[in-house]
Parts: sequence; C-alpha cells; structure tokens
Amino acid sequence: MKVSFFITCLGDIFYVNAGKAAVELLERLGCEIDFPRAQTCCGQPAYNSGYRKETIEVAKHLIETFDHSEYVVGISGSCVYMIHEYVHLFEDGSEWQKRAIDLKNKTYEFTQFIVDVLGIEDVGASYQAVATYHTSCHMTRLLGVKEAPFKLLSNVKGLKLVDLPNRQDCCGFGGTFSVKMSNISEQMVDEKVSHIQETEADLLLGADGSCLMNIGGRLTRKGIPVKVKHIAEILNSRGEA
Amino acid sequence: MPMHIGEKDFKARVSKGLQDDFMRGAVRSAQGRLQNNRANAAEELGDWEEWRTLGQQIRQHTVEHLDYYLHQLSEKVAELGGHVFFAETGEEANAYIQQVAKDKNAKKIAKSKSMVTEEISMNDALEDIGCEVIETDLGEYILQIDDHDPPSHIVAPALHKNKEQIRDVFHERLGYAKTEQPEELALFAREKLREEFLSADIGITGCNFAVAESGSFALVTNEGNARMVSTLPKTQITVMGMERIVPGWEELDIVVSLLTRAAVGQKLTSYITALTGPKQIGEADGPEEFHLVIVDNGRSRILGTEFQEALHCIRCAACINVCPVYRHVGGHAYGSIYPGPIGAVLSPLLSDYDEYKELPYASSLCGACTEVCPVKIPLHEQLIMHRRKIVEDEKKSTLSERLAMKGFEQIVQSANLYRTATKMAPFLTTPFSKNNVISKGPGPLRYWTDARDLPQPTQERFRDWFKQRSERGDSE
Repeated sequence: MKVSFFITCLGDIFYVNAGKAAVELLERLGCEIDFPRAQTCCGQPAYNSGYRKETIEVAKHLIETFDHSEYVVGISGSCVYMIHEYVHLFEDGSEWQKRAIDLKNKTYEFTQFIVDVLGIEDVGASYQAVATYHTSCHMTRLLGVKEAPFKLLSNVKGLKLVDLPNRQDCCGFGGTFSVKMSNISEQMVDEKVSHIQETEADLLLGADGSCLMNIGGRLTRKGIPVKVKHIAEILNSRGEA
Repeated sequence: MPMHIGEKDFKARVSKGLQDDFMRGAVRSAQGRLQNNRANAAEELGDWEEWRTLGQQIRQHTVEHLDYYLHQLSEKVAELGGHVFFAETGEEANAYIQQVAKDKNAKKIAKSKSMVTEEISMNDALEDIGCEVIETDLGEYILQIDDHDPPSHIVAPALHKNKEQIRDVFHERLGYAKTEQPEELALFAREKLREEFLSADIGITGCNFAVAESGSFALVTNEGNARMVSTLPKTQITVMGMERIVPGWEELDIVVSLLTRAAVGQKLTSYITALTGPKQIGEADGPEEFHLVIVDNGRSRILGTEFQEALHCIRCAACINVCPVYRHVGGHAYGSIYPGPIGAVLSPLLSDYDEYKELPYASSLCGACTEVCPVKIPLHEQLIMHRRKIVEDEKKSTLSERLAMKGFEQIVQSANLYRTATKMAPFLTTPFSKNNVISKGPGPLRYWTDARDLPQPTQERFRDWFKQRSERGDSE
C-alpha cells in the first residue's frame, strides 16, 4: 500500500521523533512511504482566524502536492480535519472542489489509518510506563476519531493506561487563541495539567503535536516531571522504557 | 446597548472574572453537575442523535417560514381576544408595555423569567414610569435584590453565586436569619414572593415557545412562578423574541423534551404551563386581558444570512454548560446578557462588532458547544464566520495580524520559501533558547511563553531525516 506521509509544520520542526516513529511503524505494517517535499502547513492558522482567501491559496498548494497520492496519512488529527474542511472553501461543483473531495477521501489521521484502513489493532508494540492519554478536540469531535488510539494503546504490552479525568475538555491551545487570549488559555492548560497530575501517570500521550506542545510547555514551566510523547513513538516501541 | 452588562473593556472584564475565585468555584461545580445531568438524560433516550436531527429540522423549517407562522400565531391570539404588537426595536416594545402599564394604572408588576426582556432592558423602562417590577424566578429574584446584579447565565441567572453568598444577600437586604441550606433559602423566598403574586397588577412572562396553530404559549419552569404570574394578575403581557415559535403541539413536544434534557437533564421540568389567550367565558382562571409583544430587535437582520442558524437556538444553555472558556471567565466577562458560545455568536449580531468584536475570539474552537447543541447549531463554525466578517467586511483585524497572515500565506504556498523558513527557525531562535527550551519568546511569542515553554525547533527537520534515509536506501 502506497502512503504519502503528511508531517504537518509543527511535526517537521518540533516533533521529528514522532514523524520518524510513524514512518518506521507504517513501513513495518507493510506500507510504502513517500514524502512529497512540497508539503507545507495545512492553513489552519489562517482559516481559524477568518482569513479565507489566504487559506484557499494554501489549500490549493496542498491539493496539488498530494495530487498523485494513493493515501495521505498525517500525524495530527487537527491538521487532517483541516484538509477535510478544504471541500467547503471552494464553490460547489467546481474543479477545485472535486480535487478537494478527492484529497479528503484519501486523507487519514495516523491511528485512524492503522485501525480503519489497515485493519490492525495490535501493532506488536511494548512499552513499560503508566500513561494517560489526551483526546484532542478536533480529532475526536470534528474528525470523529474516538476509539482508534485507545484500541491501539490497549494492545501495547507493559503499558498501563490511566483514564484522564474530564478528558473531553480542551487543553486551551486553540491556535492563535493561545496567544490572543493567553490568560484564559493559561487557566485552561493549568486545569488540564492538574487532571494529569491526578492520574499519577508518568507519561502523557496524545495524537496531536499542537496540544502536546501546549500541555508539555506548561508541564516543564511548572517543573512537573511528566514526560510527553506522541502516540506514534509508543506504538513504534519494542521494549524500551 | 441595553443588552450590555459590566465594564466596557473586554480585557478588564476577563481579568475581573479570572480573579474571582468564588465565582469560578460556583461555576465549576454548577457546570460539572449540569454536564452530567445532560449527558445522562440524553443517553437515557437511547437515540439522542435522532432527536437532535428532528430538533434541527423543526427549527430550520420554522425559521425558514417564520413569516407564515408569526402570521398564524397573531391571527389566533387575536381570535381569542388577545392584543398583538410587533415591535421592531426594543424601544418600541418598551413603549408599548409602558402604555399598557399606564392604561391599567399599574403600580406593581410580577414577572417570570425572560431573556428577551433583559435584552431590551424592560425593567428599567417600567421603573422609569414609576412601576415596581418584581422578578419571581428565584435566580432572578436573588440578583434583583442584590442591587440588580446582572444575570451570568441564560437558564440559571445567579449561577455565579454560591449558597453562602445568597444567604448573605438575603440577610442584608431582607433580614433573613437562617442557614445557607437551599431548602431554607427557597422557602424564605417563596413566602416573600407569594405576597407579590397576590398584589401584582400586571403579570409579565417570557415565552419558551409559542404554538402557532393554537395561539398558545409554553412556559417551562421548575418553580411554578410562571403559572402564578400568568393566572393571578388581571392583565398579562407575554414578551417573545420573534423566533421563539413552533408550528404545532407535536413539534412543541419534541423541542420541550430537547430543552429540558439539554438544559437541566430532566425528562420534564416540574411545571410546563401552556396558556391560550385571556380568560374565556366560562373559564375560572386566567387574565382578563392578554397582550403579546413580539420583539424583532435585530433578528430579522439575521434571517437569510450565513448566521440564520443562530435563530434556531432554544435557549437551553447546554453550550454554556460545557464551555471551558465560560468556566474560567464566568458569564459577566462576555459583557452581554447572552454569554458563552451562543452569546459570542448572537451578541455581535443583535448589537454590533464595535461592541462585541472580541467575543468571537473568546473560544479555542474546541467544538464542545457544537457537539451538545440539541438543535445542532454549528456554533464554533459560526464563530469562525464572525472572524471572517471582522477580517473581510469590517476590516477590524489589526495591521500586524493582516501582515502576519499575508506572510504566512506567501510562505506556506511556496515550497521553497517554506523550506528556507523552517531551516532558519532553529538558528533564529537559538539566542532565546536554553537547553533546547525557549522560556522568554521574542515578539508575539512572548504571549505563549508567558505561561509555557516552547521547544526549540530541531536542527534536523523531519524532511532532512527522510531525505537522507531515502538516499541511503534505509526504508524497508
């Protein structure tokens, strides 16, 4: 199966290890990975700020970038959802909208792809840790991927997964929200951090680099020794702690 | 604008909210309770999603044919002997209500809960002509005796107060001498209010839903006060926002079920009162005179626009009860009698962007509101739509943001520029970094690093790793 990997802009410069792990795992599961080098950002910062015209230009660029891909797999639920939203940027019935629909139909979030397309729930991973998992809002509510990460994590040997209280609550990232309304965002991430502490887990997992960057940044600022990893890093593990 | 509450400056209101630990504690515990109740009540039905779809269809159909149903409603009310007044503005509505009060020589007016009368500041208008207005909803009553503290929630207006604060208000204003037990507080208010119902000249109610086919009005309460207000005084005035209408009783059944479950997690509230016109010949109860005031006040401007779905709202506050922003800042921070996600959508529409331009940004777009809305209003998408209007039509975004977005567009639609920018990122940020962590960011990044660390961009980007690996032929 041929898969074009979508690293996302944050993944490209901040979460290189998550990207490496995802590629290695997908290859082990039988996929042939390519990386279209023209790929950039999904355009979400502009879209969510109300800059539609600018978003359209970005969308066209990504549509062209992945034109010849069989599948596109991204490691952020939020960015994958943004790609699905491209359909609504173009006029109904237009050529660009058709291409946006094509891209939507072949673009998946990483855990969703493994469970729903490859039909695999046990990737043979093992990792010793007590972990909790942050469910990202866009991935669960908007993209609708709710179960896949839990199915995959439940089969990781040695991993003890503790429920995160109030896991449905946003971590307070919200893109430009975290900068524009930084004092409200801070209270939201603080609340998330206190729920993480309640679990007594020593590892926080998630499937969205942006949320992890937000929560992780608050954890280190407060000197709380909880490690933060992308789910791909755990699923690609073979016994190391 | 009458619907405005609190200080003018948004940031000042937010800071005040964030610093109010009592309020935040009260809101946090109320939200938790209401969220659980709602989720259980929805689950109990077994097919909640189908109910939501039905609710959406009913609201969409009704709002699309609003002219037809409003006509049908007003004909019915007139047939029954009631008076109907269409008010284009809040001022027109208030002037009509003032006139009725003058005609009746009214001194005391008992009122049940109504957001639209808050929206048009009806109480002020009546007090201006010397009437005494008594709020009879317990929450509204508490706020009224506490120096007219504004509501912070559309269903539970005094949600920002805890029971100790309520005890103190009752003690200071009314000489209450018992404990903060809710039962004792409620009993005390009940005794006080009973006198008011019996001595009021006019009763004023809001309207949860008008039923077009029969000219009836459904009032949903847990206290029974709307029933007292609408049966004891000789004259009744019902004030409704022009979209608060359903075609018939079958539709009413569905929207009321959605309302009570979504709002408070109840199958039904203790009282659901349906009133049809003034007292008819042979009837024992009801007002002798009935006035219906239908308020537009900006609603017809929303019809036919991309915001029309905002008029589908049934005022259940489920979106407010799940909103994490509301939880931390409280209702007053929104500066509008309509707070939370629906308030952030509605307030700029009913007023304008000058007054409420910050509200569409007071959301992380987490979508919790959209997920719980019982009539499927895409609330977070409406907030993005507002942002788009502010950027494109109102030109109210800042120059720095416009430049940043233009730059963003230029860079990310060009593979080359993007590659250069991401390659530069680790070098540009090195002066601000210590142990691969940026704790004091430059420029707008400082808003991020005020609260959290930022990892330093890695020297080896993912794309560099992938390229080298492919060249080495590592992949399986």
